[in-house]
Amino acid sequence: MAPFYKFGLFGDQTSLVIALLIGISFGFWLERGGFGYSRKLAMQFYFQDLTVLKVMFSAIITAMLGLMYLTLFGFLDISRVYINPTYMGAQVVGGLVLGVGFAIGGYCPGTSVVGVATGKIDAIVYLAGAMFGMLVFGELFPLLKNFYNSGFMGNATLPEFFNLPTGLIGFLVVVMAVGMFLGGEWLERKFRKDGV
Amino acid sequence: MKTEQKYWNPYLVGVGLGLTLLAAFVVMGRGLGASSVIMRLTVLTTGIFSTEHVQANPYFSEYTKDLLKDWLVFEVIGVLIGGFISGALAGRLKKEIGKGPNISNRGRLIYAFAGGAIMGFGARLARGCTSGLALTGGATLALGAWAFMFAVFGGAYATAYFVRKQWI
Repeated sequence: MAPFYKFGLFGDQTSLVIALLIGISFGFWLERGGFGYSRKLAMQFYFQDLTVLKVMFSAIITAMLGLMYLTLFGFLDISRVYINPTYMGAQVVGGLVLGVGFAIGGYCPGTSVVGVATGKIDAIVYLAGAMFGMLVFGELFPLLKNFYNSGFMGNATLPEFFNLPTGLIGFLVVVMAVGMFLGGEWLERKFRKDGV
Repeated sequence: MKTEQKYWNPYLVGVGLGLTLLAAFVVMGRGLGASSVIMRLTVLTTGIFSTEHVQANPYFSEYTKDLLKDWLVFEVIGVLIGGFISGALAGRLKKEIGKGPNISNRGRLIYAFAGGAIMGFGARLARGCTSGLALTGGATLALGAWAFMFAVFGGAYATAYFVRKQWI
């Protein structure tokens, strides 16, 4: 029964080897999509290249449907899978700040690692900047602590929040994603100037 | 020199990434991540200058136990390797600066540092980044992750106009 690690099928040492293998796959696919190159990522925000949106939502629906079907077939105990806790205030404001940084910096933390791996100088400088920003956050932490913990809602999920069945929410997410794919293709045809 | 190959179809890449994320859930019961590893590097670097300072800070000190013997540290080392392999196979290993034609190298690097700093701060405040929160929490339908994801796109689209010279 999955998750294998939670059911004690292997120990901590093995889990680090698995981390390495999963990371290799993660980095491989990010680079295949062009996520190691800042300009390609940033063109998302000018409607010229919507690769970020397409990759992100096809990845989310793939993993989401996988989790749902594996749970349905009794193969996976979803209660033992990590659900990110919700801190609504901190996460909405943090998300806005992160979005500003994305448009200016051109990478997000994961993609900057791929940029470094393929020799992008701006990715190395971006990473140094990210370390600086995190240093500042840590230094200011005593002042930020209350806001950091604001809007705590436990491991709230969309089905719980909207009080709708998980399957229906999953269906709506797929419908929304397909809508975004069609909208994205349309925007690219309208705005694309050159291939990045 | 080999010519650069085209990037793969974004939907195929999305399915590949989604299956990688699903494998992490099935095998480990957890998702992917990146920003906490940058936090660990920050704590490591700060600790070189002053371990007392790190221990006295309530946020930094949370990371000092098993600083580098961490699941996500190994995962990010994997990302480096996987990114390198894919880049090498496609002829895309090249020392360069990603930018549009209308900005100097120096200008772009200043933006890269500033954007990195803003994003690093935001990622710590939100407890995650695009991979650890938006992607991982998005697939498990975590409420905060979805709110975060729309906030990221909102913040980025609102800022894009002001930095257009950098990219277009």
